[in-house]
Amino acid sequence: MGNTRYGVFGGQYIPETLMNEMLRLEANYEHFKNDPAFTAELDQLNREYSGRPSLLYFAKKMSEDLGGARIYLKREDLNHTGSHKINNALGQCLLAQKMGKTRVIAETGAGQHGVATATAAAFLGLECEIFMGKEDTQRQALNVYRMKLLGARVHPVTSGTMTLKDAVNETFREWTTRVADTHYVLGSVMGPHPFPMIVRDFQSVISREARQQVLDVEGKLPTLVAACVGGGSNAMGMFYHFLQDDVQLVGCEAAGEGVDTDRTAASIARGKPGIFHGMKSYFCQDENGQIAPVYSISAGLDYPGIGPEHAWLHDSGRAKYLPVTDEEAVRAFEYLARTEGIICAIESAHAVAYVQKIAPTMKRDDVILVCLSGRGDKDVASIAKYRGEVLHE
Amino acid sequence: MNNIANAFKHGKAFIAFLTAGDPTIEKTEEFILEAVRGGADLIEIGIPFSDPIAEGIVIQEADIRALRSGTTPDKIFAMVARLRKKTDVPLVFMSYVNPLFHYGFDAFFAKCAEVGIDGVILPDVPYEEKEEIRETAEKHGVAVISMIAPTSEQRIAEIAKNASGFMYVVSSLGVTGVRSEIQTDLPAILDVVRRSSDIPAAVGFGISTPEQARKISQCCDGVIVGSAIVRIIAQYGEAAGPKVYEYVKSMVNAINNYQLILFPPNCSRGADSGIMRKNIM
Repeated sequence: MGNTRYGVFGGQYIPETLMNEMLRLEANYEHFKNDPAFTAELDQLNREYSGRPSLLYFAKKMSEDLGGARIYLKREDLNHTGSHKINNALGQCLLAQKMGKTRVIAETGAGQHGVATATAAAFLGLECEIFMGKEDTQRQALNVYRMKLLGARVHPVTSGTMTLKDAVNETFREWTTRVADTHYVLGSVMGPHPFPMIVRDFQSVISREARQQVLDVEGKLPTLVAACVGGGSNAMGMFYHFLQDDVQLVGCEAAGEGVDTDRTAASIARGKPGIFHGMKSYFCQDENGQIAPVYSISAGLDYPGIGPEHAWLHDSGRAKYLPVTDEEAVRAFEYLARTEGIICAIESAHAVAYVQKIAPTMKRDDVILVCLSGRGDKDVASIAKYRGEVLHE
Repeated sequence: MNNIANAFKHGKAFIAFLTAGDPTIEKTEEFILEAVRGGADLIEIGIPFSDPIAEGIVIQEADIRALRSGTTPDKIFAMVARLRKKTDVPLVFMSYVNPLFHYGFDAFFAKCAEVGIDGVILPDVPYEEKEEIRETAEKHGVAVISMIAPTSEQRIAEIAKNASGFMYVVSSLGVTGVRSEIQTDLPAILDVVRRSSDIPAAVGFGISTPEQARKISQCCDGVIVGSAIVRIIAQYGEAAGPKVYEYVKSMVNAINNYQLILFPPNCSRGADSGIMRKNIM
């Protein structure tokens, strides 16, 4: 067993029933990540199935309009299934298959990870069951149907707040019930070790590509790298290959209606250290250590915690985490659509909103790299509703 | 010697779980005394948590009711202090680690010692993470009780060797809750425990009927029942006291009478201590 922590964060706070599976998973992962046949197969899937490498796009109009730094978008929205989630889903499903598993289960918030997992499972011939908060099945009905089309069973979760955290609870409960033939494809850089490491590694393809792509066009590294953060998988993937560089890293948390209200999901701004979902990290919680109900317009960021490596990057000062409100994110969503002709996910719009604020304060030879983690088709109806319009199909 | 050992002194132990504050903290105090009157040898007091990932729906709902009634660790400590004037029965907390972490481990265990809590069971703290709390807990004389699951395999011996209080053997895969059938090879697991440690071993998860309890108790030192009791409390609410007493009494009788009838061949230690059972009401 290697180190399970990032500073004081991380660990393996899970029921004994799952501990041997954690050890097996770590051993298998350590084996396969060094197996040239496995990495070649995954590389090929990323290339021929997901469409990697994803494009690096210079947002010329946005850069000119904001009048400061040059802004580049890492287009994870163009991946097959429409988000960065496919990077991890393909990696973990392939690993599960090599481990002899015949069934995968997963939680999902916005539905992007559920769709990615259902896709990888369909492709690799694995049985697939997705747990999704009942509230999220309603606000992301399109993704529920996509998962069904892909052959997955979707279980609406009615416990607790009926959102992402409850979906994670229920998936862990399901896993303790049936673990021998089943792998839990955890969707973010969270949960017990080795998940934060495995998910980060599979997502780090984002920064491995983007770092080289920026070097190729700019001849230098970016000044600042930004990404949205819920659990933090696209951000961790985007930060990873810049950790040793002199590059500012900024994670954009979902402030919901504001960090001074109770309608927020900003775990760093509002949370405290705690232990939950298998890890020590920052969590939104009450004065008795009960996990707090959180809120964001974005189902994918509507989670009361953050991955342990982010908690460590925050404490050590290597990365900054800043809150972005619903209103700012919706404006950025609309701005990017009008300015660049790109409808991005409302999650990614949190990072775009931060870039709108920071770019004008920077110099012309500064370079901002922002992760456009997903596309926004799934959000169109809820943005219309936010703006007071009712859509009929 | 930790008070927990007293639970196993007189034959098979019956361990009753209930969630503190369901439906109110005052009623929990009454229900615990009823369970003790019914013959319970040890009481597990659940500290409610918002997201109990090892619990089935029965205890999840109890946690929600308990949190709605305003239950906090300090109110539970106050109740335990009142209880301690009325009974010496061994008492342990069952909780998830975050409420303890938030309280501060040292402050929490100091308070446990002050009011008379003998141990804690934390289903989300496996062997690998136990060190973080063990030293603090032991400093205050509180046992950290370890769990073993049907999937523990090669881990059983090491966990048992380092266990304190009693060994909590999880009967089945999955979460807590009533089950019609328990299929795990418990004698094989308990055999490894016994070869590794002298610590008493109690089996929990899924046990609800006297027949199940009788059968399971043949190869262990005690049975743990939670969801079945919580279900009675959910059904009868504030009037559940006499029902808890009757139920506990029926379970206690079931696990202590069998030995007069049969000595199961596959239970090396089960049969020798049982007949010495204290007189039950």
